[in-house]
Amino acid sequence: MKVILARSLQRQIFEQMETSYPNEAGGFLLGRAGAEAIVIEDIMAVDNVFAEEEQYHRYAMRPQDWMRFEDEADARGLALVGYYHSHPDSAAIPSEYDREHALPNFVYIITAVMMARARDMRAWRLRADRSAFDRDNLEIDA
Amino acid sequence: MAKIRIPTPLRAYTDGASDIEVAGGTVGEALNNLVEQHPDLRAHLFNDDELRSFVNIFIDDEDIRFLGGLDTEINNDDSLRIIPSIAGGRFK
Repeated sequence: MKVILARSLQRQIFEQMETSYPNEAGGFLLGRAGAEAIVIEDIMAVDNVFAEEEQYHRYAMRPQDWMRFEDEADARGLALVGYYHSHPDSAAIPSEYDREHALPNFVYIITAVMMARARDMRAWRLRADRSAFDRDNLEIDA
Repeated sequence: MAKIRIPTPLRAYTDGASDIEVAGGTVGEALNNLVEQHPDLRAHLFNDDELRSFVNIFIDDEDIRFLGGLDTEINNDDSLRIIPSIAGGRFK
């Protein structure tokens, strides 16, 4: 599956990740899912509510954030198509913790932030049998 | 019948429907009825017979964990909602 993200939105994500470093940061991806591509139309940064001393390697949202942004996406004629988060000083590869908390049919964009600089962004999707993630083709659109 | 709102990523398993009518007098019975109607949902909501830790069930704005859990009684006009807790993190 191809995932298309505008360069301006990628820049916003990178800025959020670098500002939050050395802690993890994240948010929702709103967009349109087609048969061959998912187009990200907007991002919504969401506060990390994991215990503060654990935020260097963990990220979590409140369930109420999901409700709010799913309703907002519906109202705007978009869909909640995924979420993004950072891996400070670690690869942009889903961890076992990511897999345990993931859903299929949802784009997981992970950004590696090395020494406070966003270095690598990759998109992933959980298999329907929950066994592993497969990497999506992330296309940064000028 | 009560209704359950399905989170966007799982609507692929309900033929695209966002709201499903379910039978049952408790949240647990309603969820069992939901997965009977749409069996592919089960693996993403339950681990064996337990709700997955990141799956929350709300009745209006109330989390059932602060009510009676899966034994919480529901009425025919109740609206339930499945809300995933988004969480992630790097390798330790």
